[in-house]
Amino acid sequence: MTTGILLQIVQTLIAISLAPLFMGWVNQCRAWLQGRSAPPVTQPYRTLKKLFNKDAVVARNASPLFRFAPYLIFACMALAAGIVPTIANDLPFSPAADVIALVGIFALARAFQALAAMDIGTAFGTLGARREMLVSFLAEPALLMVFFNASFISHSTQLPVIVAALAHREFAIYPSMAFAAVAFWMVSTAENARIPVDNPTTHLELTMIHEAMILEYSARHLALIEWAVALKLFTYSALGIALFIPWGIAPRGDLTALPLAILVLVVKLAAGGALLSLLEAISAKLRLFRAPEFLGTAFLLAVLGMLIHFLLEV
Amino acid sequence: MTNLLTSLDPVDWAWAGILYWLGLGFAALFLQRSRSLLTNLVFPLGALGALFIAGVGVAGLLAPVSTSVLPIGLPDLPFHLRLDALSAFFLLLLGGAAFGVTVYAIGYFRHMEAGPLAVLTLWYHLFLAGMAGVMLADDAYAFMVCWEVMALSSYFLVTTDHDIPDIRSAGFLYLLIAHVGAVSLLLCFGVLQGGHGNYTFGYMRGAALTPFWASAAYLLALFGFGAKAGLVPMHVWLPEAHPAAPSPVSALMSGVMLKTAIYGLLRVTFDLLNIQLAWWGALALALGLVTALYGVIFAAVQSDMKRLLAWSSIENIGIILAAFGLTLIFYTDGKGALAALTLTALLYHSINHAFFKGLLFVSTGTVLHATGTRLMGQMGGLIRIMPWTAWLTLIGVLAIAGIPPLNGFVSEWLLLQAFLLTPGLTQPYLNMVIPVAAAAVAMAAALAAYVMVKFFGVIFLGQPRDPALLHAHEASWPQRLGMVWLAAGCVLLGLFPTQVITWIAPVVRLITNQRLVNDGNWLLLAPVSAERASYAPLIFLVVVLVVLLLTFIWVRRTYHGRLRRSDPWDCGYPEQDARMQDSAQGFGQPIRHIFVSFMRVERETPDPFDRQPQYHGATLDKLWFVLYEPIARLTNWLSAQAGRLQHGHIQWYLTYSFMTLIFLLVFVTR
Repeated sequence: MTTGILLQIVQTLIAISLAPLFMGWVNQCRAWLQGRSAPPVTQPYRTLKKLFNKDAVVARNASPLFRFAPYLIFACMALAAGIVPTIANDLPFSPAADVIALVGIFALARAFQALAAMDIGTAFGTLGARREMLVSFLAEPALLMVFFNASFISHSTQLPVIVAALAHREFAIYPSMAFAAVAFWMVSTAENARIPVDNPTTHLELTMIHEAMILEYSARHLALIEWAVALKLFTYSALGIALFIPWGIAPRGDLTALPLAILVLVVKLAAGGALLSLLEAISAKLRLFRAPEFLGTAFLLAVLGMLIHFLLEV
Repeated sequence: MTNLLTSLDPVDWAWAGILYWLGLGFAALFLQRSRSLLTNLVFPLGALGALFIAGVGVAGLLAPVSTSVLPIGLPDLPFHLRLDALSAFFLLLLGGAAFGVTVYAIGYFRHMEAGPLAVLTLWYHLFLAGMAGVMLADDAYAFMVCWEVMALSSYFLVTTDHDIPDIRSAGFLYLLIAHVGAVSLLLCFGVLQGGHGNYTFGYMRGAALTPFWASAAYLLALFGFGAKAGLVPMHVWLPEAHPAAPSPVSALMSGVMLKTAIYGLLRVTFDLLNIQLAWWGALALALGLVTALYGVIFAAVQSDMKRLLAWSSIENIGIILAAFGLTLIFYTDGKGALAALTLTALLYHSINHAFFKGLLFVSTGTVLHATGTRLMGQMGGLIRIMPWTAWLTLIGVLAIAGIPPLNGFVSEWLLLQAFLLTPGLTQPYLNMVIPVAAAAVAMAAALAAYVMVKFFGVIFLGQPRDPALLHAHEASWPQRLGMVWLAAGCVLLGLFPTQVITWIAPVVRLITNQRLVNDGNWLLLAPVSAERASYAPLIFLVVVLVVLLLTFIWVRRTYHGRLRRSDPWDCGYPEQDARMQDSAQGFGQPIRHIFVSFMRVERETPDPFDRQPQYHGATLDKLWFVLYEPIARLTNWLSAQAGRLQHGHIQWYLTYSFMTLIFLLVFVTR
């Protein structure tokens, strides 16, 4: 039990500390693909350090909710990173929250993000909150349906059980999971504010969603939010790995498998980050009202995956 | 004396509680002069009565079934009362929610004139007594009397401000649909007694109906109770009546009265009918999902805060009804354990909704008193002026949006788990289609988050849209106390699901003859098996709080806590005022854009040369125009035809009587 808890803390800390690095890697790949000279892979750490050292500037009419939200969002993402099996499976904390609760954690963070954006009462803040909630009301059920696909195969909503079930059937082919994988990619672009649904580098009022919500934040609050964004991207990537390429995650209590598990994780993340930036480079940002169509497609793909599961796999 | 007290069954205590409420209500009529006695004495005593009823509910859950016969009413037709676990659970729900709302009412009604207040106090307590009576009744006669007491007293409560024409017409619509539903219920009981003239529930339990008549009774019950619960398409009265009523009454109507319909549906379907058919469940499931989505889509486009909550109640009733349908499907398929799971989700969501919707409705009451308007587009920034109300409302908002670790999430989690288990059904097609229906529940839950961010954000956050808001006042102490009680209910029901499930267990055992196994321990909710799914809200909350605290300490220790205040940045735009924030309509615009085919949008835009341009927009329910207006026109036409018989001349009426007499004579002598 003690080793379990220790491992749990180690995994969470690894996720927290590696998340900006992963973000840096994705940014680097994207710069290469766009033919720019890339920033160093450690650039996100420097940005975070710079932000933490600055004086926070907060609007005069900001309520306590505005200053409380970044901490809560960061805590939610850390919790999510602790639940998803990244290096080791079946950690002691995982029974506390299954995949449905994981969706709930993201919903909690999102609700506070949107509320904090509305707190100052600027035009951009409310615009961002409205768009974010619009995107999420389609993305959240689609994500849940992706998880349902995996749970119908593994007869569980517990991530460790799902991972164990999928990892030990290397040779079984699940067409439903192929549909789910495409849906998952579409949802994760929306949830992580990436192209084609949102653009993390834009500050153009017509297009921004996530950036519009955090315009009023500065210094340590902004740093925590940026870190939480990186952590969310990391967690989603880990989730994708756990659902679709789960091989190599250390099984319960197997400490000897850990070094290999870390190595495998790094390789998978490097490949995943490169793929993510490639997909971003070849797609164009969608108009806002095309986003519901895009996410509706994701939702239908996941539902189709479920139907296919019942037709072909039962 | 002690012998007498111990010999009393819970059911006797329950009707004593009802009599106490009735007594308080009629006593209020003698206090027409004194406003302070009414608010400071009668309402606190009423709240104590609610607490007592909740206690009786707990006792009833633990004790065996108890019955009682009251020799009131018509000769040879006494009131039969019965308290089993199902009644007890709903009494607990009633008492728990009514306590918070009534404590709140102490502060809310302080500014009313004494005369109308005395009348309102009478109706308020009659309403409470009627709802408790519905839950205790054990014969159709007592049930219908209590049902009507509930409907009529709530009608008078809705029309408290009857000098406003809109409120009168809202009350009329409510009364009309309530009575169409009541007629359907009467017919349902008529079918249930099977032509033997015995209207006690005890007899109906034993009566064997053919599947045809059982289905007829079920459909009548679904229609009758559905009209009370706000099932689409009988939902139109809800968004009219809830905003019209005073806020504590809206809280009771939405939080508790809608649940009496759920209670009745459970009572008739699982207790009085002795056969159940699978297609009943499929029908209820489909209707429930349609209701949930329809309700939440319309909630998103409202700009009146109480109307928004009324639509959200329709959504929640839809979710409860979907759980009901799923219970029926599992039950008829012989999957008792799964039926136990969905029934638990149903009852859990019912009590959750009583608490969070009660909380949100009373908080709109505070906002209404403070600002004098129900239109969200004229509010904003209230979190800085009324922090108590705002932060307590935030709890309710997160709970209703189904966000962990609060209570709304637990029931939705249980329901989704049930959906995941549907592939075990033996019926072909059903086992394939139902998991897809889970997508609808998930979407309703996600849209509820949209609605609630809008509700809280537009009312409490941002800049005040009206300078007069700066003079708004915070809730009074009784109001805060009531809200704290309801908010505490939301938190506790969310954090201790395993304990709540043990309270629900007797009801589940009564109906499905099964026990919901909790595979976890007191911390860990694992309804089927720990391998399958588990959730531990307390651990969840503690971990979030610990990480939050550690992050805070780490940031402060490693760096600094320096903070400067300045004007908002807003991308550097120099001119910004409160009108540049999203209005309530603006926030709902994307949803209107996507789901416009369900709505009728009416716009009046000014022409370019208007000196004082006025913009007016309304988003209306298309069903009203497609379904209700034709029916109303038909009714008008039919009554006009019948009106042709009326000439106002006495000789014609005498002729009619004579012809009727002849007709009857011919009919009887044959």
